[in-house]
Amino acid sequence: MTDRKLRVLIAKPGLDGHDRGAKVVARALRDAGMEVIYTGLRQSPEQIVSAAAQEDVDAIGLSILSGAHLPICRRVIELLKEKGMEGVQVFLGGIIPAQDIPELKRMGVAEVFLPGASTQDVIRLIQGAIPAR
Amino acid sequence: MTKKAVEETPPFVETRPSRVHTTISGRPIEPLYRPEDLVGFDYARDLGDPGELPYTRGIHRTMYRGKVWTMRQFAGFGTPRETNARFKYLLEHGVHGLSVAFDLPTLMGRDPDHPLSLGEVGKCGVAVSSLQDMETLFEGIPLDQVSTSMTINSPAAMLLAFYICVAEKQGISPVKLSGTVQADILKEFIAQKEYIFPPRPSMRVVVDMIRYCTERLPKWNSISISGYHIREAGSTAAQELAFTLRDGVEYVQWCVDAGMDVDGFAPRLSFFFNSHSDFFEEIAKFRAARRIWARVMKERFGAKSPRSWMCRFHTQTAGVSLTAQQPYNNVVRTALQALAAVLGGTQSLHTNSLDEALALPTQEAVTIALRTQQIIAHESGVANTADPLGGSYFVEKLTNDIEADALEYFRRIDAMGGMVGAIERGYPQREIQEAAFQFQKAVERKEKVIVGVNEYAMEEKPFPILYIDEKVAEEQVGRVEARRRSRDGGQVRAALGRLQEVARGTGNVMEPILEAARAYATLGEMCDALREVWGEYVEPPIF
Repeated sequence: MTDRKLRVLIAKPGLDGHDRGAKVVARALRDAGMEVIYTGLRQSPEQIVSAAAQEDVDAIGLSILSGAHLPICRRVIELLKEKGMEGVQVFLGGIIPAQDIPELKRMGVAEVFLPGASTQDVIRLIQGAIPAR
Repeated sequence: MTKKAVEETPPFVETRPSRVHTTISGRPIEPLYRPEDLVGFDYARDLGDPGELPYTRGIHRTMYRGKVWTMRQFAGFGTPRETNARFKYLLEHGVHGLSVAFDLPTLMGRDPDHPLSLGEVGKCGVAVSSLQDMETLFEGIPLDQVSTSMTINSPAAMLLAFYICVAEKQGISPVKLSGTVQADILKEFIAQKEYIFPPRPSMRVVVDMIRYCTERLPKWNSISISGYHIREAGSTAAQELAFTLRDGVEYVQWCVDAGMDVDGFAPRLSFFFNSHSDFFEEIAKFRAARRIWARVMKERFGAKSPRSWMCRFHTQTAGVSLTAQQPYNNVVRTALQALAAVLGGTQSLHTNSLDEALALPTQEAVTIALRTQQIIAHESGVANTADPLGGSYFVEKLTNDIEADALEYFRRIDAMGGMVGAIERGYPQREIQEAAFQFQKAVERKEKVIVGVNEYAMEEKPFPILYIDEKVAEEQVGRVEARRRSRDGGQVRAALGRLQEVARGTGNVMEPILEAARAYATLGEMCDALREVWGEYVEPPIF
């Protein structure tokens, strides 16, 4: 099935309400031909992973601007492993200190998008990271 | 020569593509403005002298000659103890007023040990979970000698109660307290999204708080009606202006409907705007804000006190305009934005720090931000005369145009039954989302240049930032647990019960909130008590 559209869950975990970036990215991915599901605000890692399973997504895009990225990403990736969903790629966008990026990559985050990233780069990297199925 | 003839004669012939000549909000700008752009313009009716209706030129006759604007730097991070030290540093270095940034659990009315607080404690502001933390935050700072602005909305009543209790403990009468709680719940639904309860009970809390402040805290600004977050979420300048002032109309209407005298409370309403990068558009926006508000208060609400007519506002430079790339460039952006706010006649100003696209600011970065304001105030000469741009063909035309756009939004929102109705339909939310998306596309097409991002980019070295680790969360949880053990549990339960009872009825919720605060009920406990009565708001996830 090579013509299956990429399915992406855009999620806002934690208590952060800054959704400008999440919504701009969601719309840009949709315009690029992906199926996009947006969770809305204030989702726990459990809710996010359960939505990802239910929607059978290829990737999860987490948007975090509050500084809570380390524990949240760790928990989301743990839960994906517990459910045998290691194939789901996790992307992160937001305000992320450079010193945290190696740790995020080590725990399994596929790519971190920082302020100023273009939606074209986001689209390209997501498409590149997901094998056709 | 006519304007058209001038424009068609060199050197006015366009040399750059016309798409470049729009404001950051996409408003087309003409190559030249002349008297015919201001046909029918009447000085007394449209401008007035500073300190006179319709206050286009400023709310005070002497403006900054009489008193320079209040330099108020927003600060908060980590534990109350750490932020208390930052406050003392800022006061020693010349800030006039404090402004508290709270962390997300506090903003959302959650205790630090709630599951959704994972990773958020002390991160984008200071953690204040009970009266005990507020006591630490203001330790050694006499509350009758500073004015304090608190950026808190859904739980504003609780944080105001903590502040009043600290004053009581310092032996200071609440009538001496000056400052502001933001308490602007409408813009939370529209843009910032830190809501807890549904719109209507949320509005009731705001009305209760305005009533309480009007009766008990005569020097306190009961609300700071905010466009800042609307703009940061991606709105245009005209949308920021329109939605903010229309929110103001909504609050006034609800208070009047609740039986309050407009001239009793309106003088303590204050506003908060963004100062973005498009220099003249921002100045025009500030001037239009004063003119619209004066006319609305006088004509729509029949207010008689000049203080009810005056749009007093705080301004913050645009955080969203700052770039993570080449962060030193942000000093320049902020200086220009701050200058626009001053030329627009702001009453107080926060200048962002150069590292805010990366993290919370370091002390060094905050100092440069404050010095930026001091240079504008004391070196540039712009504070010597009121409204120095008044009478500029361009600025006056832009002021008229942006006012007309805002009034068109007023008509649409009125037709939806007011701002609460418009929010329930998702109208302002969609308008902002669309503007944000269009701006992002314009940046990616390089129609809008962001220096260091889509043009003039270069390789960079890592930049030193303020880093907040997870120890803050452990400490904060420990403090809350210790306090829960040491307080009188029966007293807390009784106070929370009374809060629920008042919430179900029609009394003022401020009284039982104060009682619960004095008993050291936590913020999360008070908000949970109200969640049980009013439920929680969930926004439909549209994009």
